[in-house]
Amino acid sequence: MKTFPIGGVHPSENKKWSKAKAIEPMELPDVVTIPLAQHIGAPATALVKKGDTVKVGDKIAEATGFMSANIHAPISGTVTAVDLQLNGQGLRQMMISIKREGDEWAEGIDLSTDLVKECNLPSAEIIARIKECGIVGMGGATFPTHVKLSIPEGKKAEILIINGVECEPYLTSDYRTMLERGEELLVGTSILMKAVSVEKAVIGVENNKPDAIKHLAELAKGYEGIEVKALKTMYPQGGEKQLIAAVTGREVPAPPALPIDVGAVVCNASTAVAVYEAVQKNKPLVQRVVTVTGKSIKDTKNLLTRFGTPVSALVEKCGGLPEGDNRVLNGGPMMGRPMSNLQSPVMKGCSGITVISGAEALRGEPSACIKCAKCIEACPMGLEPYLLAKQSKKKAWDAMEQNDIVSCIECGCCQFTCPANIALLDYVRLGKQTVMGIIRARNAKK
Amino acid sequence: MANRTIVASAPHVHGPLSTTKLMGDVIIALLPALAVSVYVYGWGVLAVTAVSIGCCVLFEALIQKFLVRGKQTITNLSAVVTGLLLAMNMPANIPLWIVAVGALIAIGVAKMPFGGLGKNPFNPAIVARVFLLIAYPVQMTSFAMPSTEGFVDAYSGATPLAAAKAGLMNFAEIDALGMFAGNMAGSFGEIATLALLLGFAYLLVRRVITWHIPVSIFATVAVFAAVYGAFSLDTPHLVSNFALFHLLSGGVVLGAVFMATDYVTSPMTTKGMVIYGVGIGAITMIIRLWGAYPEGMSFAILIMNSVVPLINKYIKPRRFGAKK
Amino acid sequence: MNTLIFTIVTLCAVGVVAALILYFVAQKFKVEEDPRIDDVEKMLPGANCGGCGFPGCRGLASALVEQEDISSLYCSVGGADCMKAVADYLGKAAPVKEPQVATVRCGGTCEKRPRTSTYAGTKSCAIASATYVGETNCAYGCLGYGDCVVACAFDAIHINPETGLAEVDAEKCTACGACVSACPKGIIELRKKWPKGRAIYVSCVSKDKGPATMKACKAGCIGCGKCSKVCEFGAITIENNVAFIDSTKCRLCRKCVAECPTGAIKMIGLAPLPPKEKPETKTETK
Repeated sequence: MKTFPIGGVHPSENKKWSKAKAIEPMELPDVVTIPLAQHIGAPATALVKKGDTVKVGDKIAEATGFMSANIHAPISGTVTAVDLQLNGQGLRQMMISIKREGDEWAEGIDLSTDLVKECNLPSAEIIARIKECGIVGMGGATFPTHVKLSIPEGKKAEILIINGVECEPYLTSDYRTMLERGEELLVGTSILMKAVSVEKAVIGVENNKPDAIKHLAELAKGYEGIEVKALKTMYPQGGEKQLIAAVTGREVPAPPALPIDVGAVVCNASTAVAVYEAVQKNKPLVQRVVTVTGKSIKDTKNLLTRFGTPVSALVEKCGGLPEGDNRVLNGGPMMGRPMSNLQSPVMKGCSGITVISGAEALRGEPSACIKCAKCIEACPMGLEPYLLAKQSKKKAWDAMEQNDIVSCIECGCCQFTCPANIALLDYVRLGKQTVMGIIRARNAKK
Repeated sequence: MANRTIVASAPHVHGPLSTTKLMGDVIIALLPALAVSVYVYGWGVLAVTAVSIGCCVLFEALIQKFLVRGKQTITNLSAVVTGLLLAMNMPANIPLWIVAVGALIAIGVAKMPFGGLGKNPFNPAIVARVFLLIAYPVQMTSFAMPSTEGFVDAYSGATPLAAAKAGLMNFAEIDALGMFAGNMAGSFGEIATLALLLGFAYLLVRRVITWHIPVSIFATVAVFAAVYGAFSLDTPHLVSNFALFHLLSGGVVLGAVFMATDYVTSPMTTKGMVIYGVGIGAITMIIRLWGAYPEGMSFAILIMNSVVPLINKYIKPRRFGAKK
Repeated sequence: MNTLIFTIVTLCAVGVVAALILYFVAQKFKVEEDPRIDDVEKMLPGANCGGCGFPGCRGLASALVEQEDISSLYCSVGGADCMKAVADYLGKAAPVKEPQVATVRCGGTCEKRPRTSTYAGTKSCAIASATYVGETNCAYGCLGYGDCVVACAFDAIHINPETGLAEVDAEKCTACGACVSACPKGIIELRKKWPKGRAIYVSCVSKDKGPATMKACKAGCIGCGKCSKVCEFGAITIENNVAFIDSTKCRLCRKCVAECPTGAIKMIGLAPLPPKEKPETKTETK
C-alpha cells in the first residue's frame, strides 16, 4: 500500500468518537453572520444592504475578481447589518447579518434527493456553474474551486484526484459524506473529470476507513475511469502535494510550482458532492457537514450546518463545553485554528469543531533542543524545522528563505514529534509569513 | 464565559516522545551489556557504574543550581546516560577516584560550560575518557582479565588490539565467538558485542536512533580492514578474520551504537550521518593501523564531532519535489 | 636528531607556503576603503542597534563618509554630541534632531482590560498576534509578551508584571526605534522628549468604535473628540476612532487631560490642572 515519500507522523486517530454518527441536520439558527472572506483570495463584495430580504440560495456577495468566490444566503429573512463583526479569533471582519424568517429557498434550485447522473455540459459551462455557486475547497484550505479547475494555457491535466483521506485526527465529516453520499460524490467526480478533461480519476482514502473504501469501490464500478485507492494511513496524507505523491508517485516541485505542473488536479470529497449539487441541482454552497467532537464532548455529532450558524450553537447541541479549560478548534487538532470567540460563525472551510480539554489543552513545558533530528525525520517536505525555528527566532529571514521555508505546509509534524516540546511551528510559521511578505514586496517592486 | 478558552496555535496535540523517554530507552539498551560485564568482571563493575552515574548527576545538579542558576535538568536523564557511558568506557578495576575525576571532566568541562544538554559540541563521555586516557594512561589501560569468579583486580591483561599492535596476534586463531560473547579484556562496556547489538536492535525498534551511523561505521571498518589486510597481511586468506577481528575488538560496537549516535554531537540528516559514520570508521582504522594508540574509536568520534556543524550546514535533507 | 630537523624544516615550509597563499589571496581580494570610515565608526556608540536604518554602526559610518549631505542621517543613541563630533571630523554640517523617547501607547492594565481567554502558545507578541486577538477583547492593545524587551539593546523597556504592559525607562531609552518595529501592534511611538521625563500622550491606539472599545477596556480612547476641541495648538487629531497628540505641536498645557472621560490621555511628571469652575463636565461622562 502506498503513501507519500518523506516524513509523516501517526497521531492518535480519535475518530471513534464520531465516526458512527450519521449526518443529521442542525437546527436553523435565528440569526446568521456571513463573513465576506470565507476563502483564499480577495473577500467577496456584498450585494445586499440592511433591510433587504433574501431567500436561501440568493447571491448576497459577489466574487471580487477571479481569485475569489460568491457567497449565498444560507437562510431566508432580512438583512440586519453589513458591518464589522468578530470572527473566531476575536478580530473584526466584514460580515452580513441575516435574521431568519422561515426557510424559503430561491427559485430554480432543485431540492429533491433524486440522483441526477446525466451531465452533458461542456467544460466551460461546468466551471461557470461551479463559480456561480461559490464552491471552494472544503477540506479546510478554501481555495476557490473554479480557479483550480481553470487549467492555465499550455498545461494539461492528466489525472483528477479526489481527496477522501481526511488525515486529521478526530474529524469524520468527509468520512460520513463518503459513506452516505457516495453516489453524489461519484457523479460529482465524473463532472469534475469533464471540467478538466481527464479520463482518469482516483479517489484516495486512507486504509483506516475500510468501509468507505469498500462502499466507494462498489459504487465506482458503475462509473468509467474512477478508481478508489486505499492509502497507508499517515499524517499529513491529506496535504495536496502528499496525496499527489502517494497516488501518482510524482512530486510537485517547490513553490511557485502547482499540482497542475505534474498534471494533477485535487479536489476534496465533500467538494465533489458540492460540485454535484451545484451543477446538477443548481444548489449553491450554503451548508456543509461539520463534525463536533472531542474526548469530553457528551454527544458528538456530524451536523449538516448552514453557514453563519454560531459555533456555540453546535457545541450546545452536542452537550456543551465540558467544565474547566478547553481549547476549541475550527478544524482538527493538527491544523485547526484555535478560537477565542465561540459566537463566531461556521464557514465554508469548517470541517469540524474539535474540543480538547483538561491537561491536553495545555502545552508541555519546552526544554533544550537535543538535536535528535526527529523533526527532520517527520517533516513531509524535507525541511529542517529545528534550523528554521532557530533562524526565525534570530529574525534571519534571508537564511530561512535559502532553507526553503516557502515549501512549509504548516502541517505541524515537527512540533507534534519534538521530544523537547519546542514550539517549532510557532516560529516556523512566523518566519514563513514574514518571508512570504518579503518575497511579495520584492515581486511587487519588479 | 465562566470557563476561559485556552488558545495556542496548531498543532494542538503532542506525540508520545519526550527527552526523558529517549534517554530512558538508551539506558535500557545499555543494560544487557552491563549485565554481561558484571558476569564477566564481577561486582566491581557496578561500583564503577554507580560512582560514575552518581558523580555525573551530582555535578550536573550542583552546576545547574549554583553556577547556571536555571531550572534543574537532571530529570531528563541525560546525565545518567553520560555517567553510564563513561563507566562503560573504563576498565572494571579502575580506582574509583579516577571515575569521579572523569565525571567532573564530562559534566564540568565538556557539557555544562557550553550551556548544558543540546549545546555541547563534543560527546561528554568521550571527552572524559580521552582526558583520563592521557592523564592516567596506566590505570586506564590496565584491564582485568575476564573472570567468572568475582571481582579480580590482581592481574591485568592486554586487550586484543594491544596484542595486535604489538604484533602478537595470530589472526588464524582469533576466537570470534568468544569476542562476540564478551570473553576478552577491555573497557567493561565494550566487550559484550552480542549484548551491545541487542541494545542496538532495541534502539532501532524503539526508533530512538536510525541505522545510518552504526552501520556506516561497521561497513567502513570492515572494508578498511579487508583492503588493508588484502594488501599487507602475510596471510591474505585471513582477510575476513582480520576484518572480523577489527569489528569485534575494542570499542567499535559500543562506540558506533551508543557513543557516535549521541544526538547532540551527531549530524541531523541521514546523508550527514553516513558521512559522519564513514569518517569515524576510517579515522579509527587509521589510528589502529598506523597510530601510536592501539584503539582509535574515541579519538575518531571526537574528531568527527568537530566536523558535525559543517556537515549540518552543507548537507541538507532531500526536499520534497527536488530531484532524487 | 634527524627527525627533529626534518620536523622543523617541514613545519617551516608549510608555514611559508601557507603565508604566500594568504598573501596573494589577500592581494587579489583587497577592498579599497576610505580610512575615515574606520574613524567614524569608532566615534559612533557601537551598539549596532540598527536604529539608524543601517544594519550596524559601520553601515551608518560609511554613509556618513560617502554622502555629501548628511542631514538625513542620525544616530539617536549617540545623540547631538556624537553627531556633532562626527560632522566636525568630516567637515560637514551636523544633522539636527530633537531628542525623542519611546512611548508605549496602551493603558489596558490587567485591571482595566479583563482577560477573556488564556494564551498557551509561545510567549511572543508576533506569534500571539498572528494567532488571534489576544487574551483580552482588545485587538490593538499591548500583549505583554515582551518582543520589545527582547529587541531593546539598552535594557530600557520592561514588562511591568502588575499591569502586564510594557514600560519605558526614559533615562535609558536612546530612541533607536528597535521596539517600535518589534511591536506587532504598532503601539510604541517615538515622541518628543521633554525634560524631567514629562509627557502627555493618548495611551490607546484602538481603532474600534467607542462602545466596542469601552466593552474591551476601561482605559481606552473612545474617539469622543473632547480633547481636540480644547486643544489650543491644534495638536490633537481624531482619526479611526482614536485621538492622537502630535508631540511636536503639544505644549504640555494639560487641558486635554482633564477633558478625557476615560483617562486615556496620560500625563507624566506634571501636576494636574486646578479644577475648573464647571466641575460637572468631569462627572458627566463615565
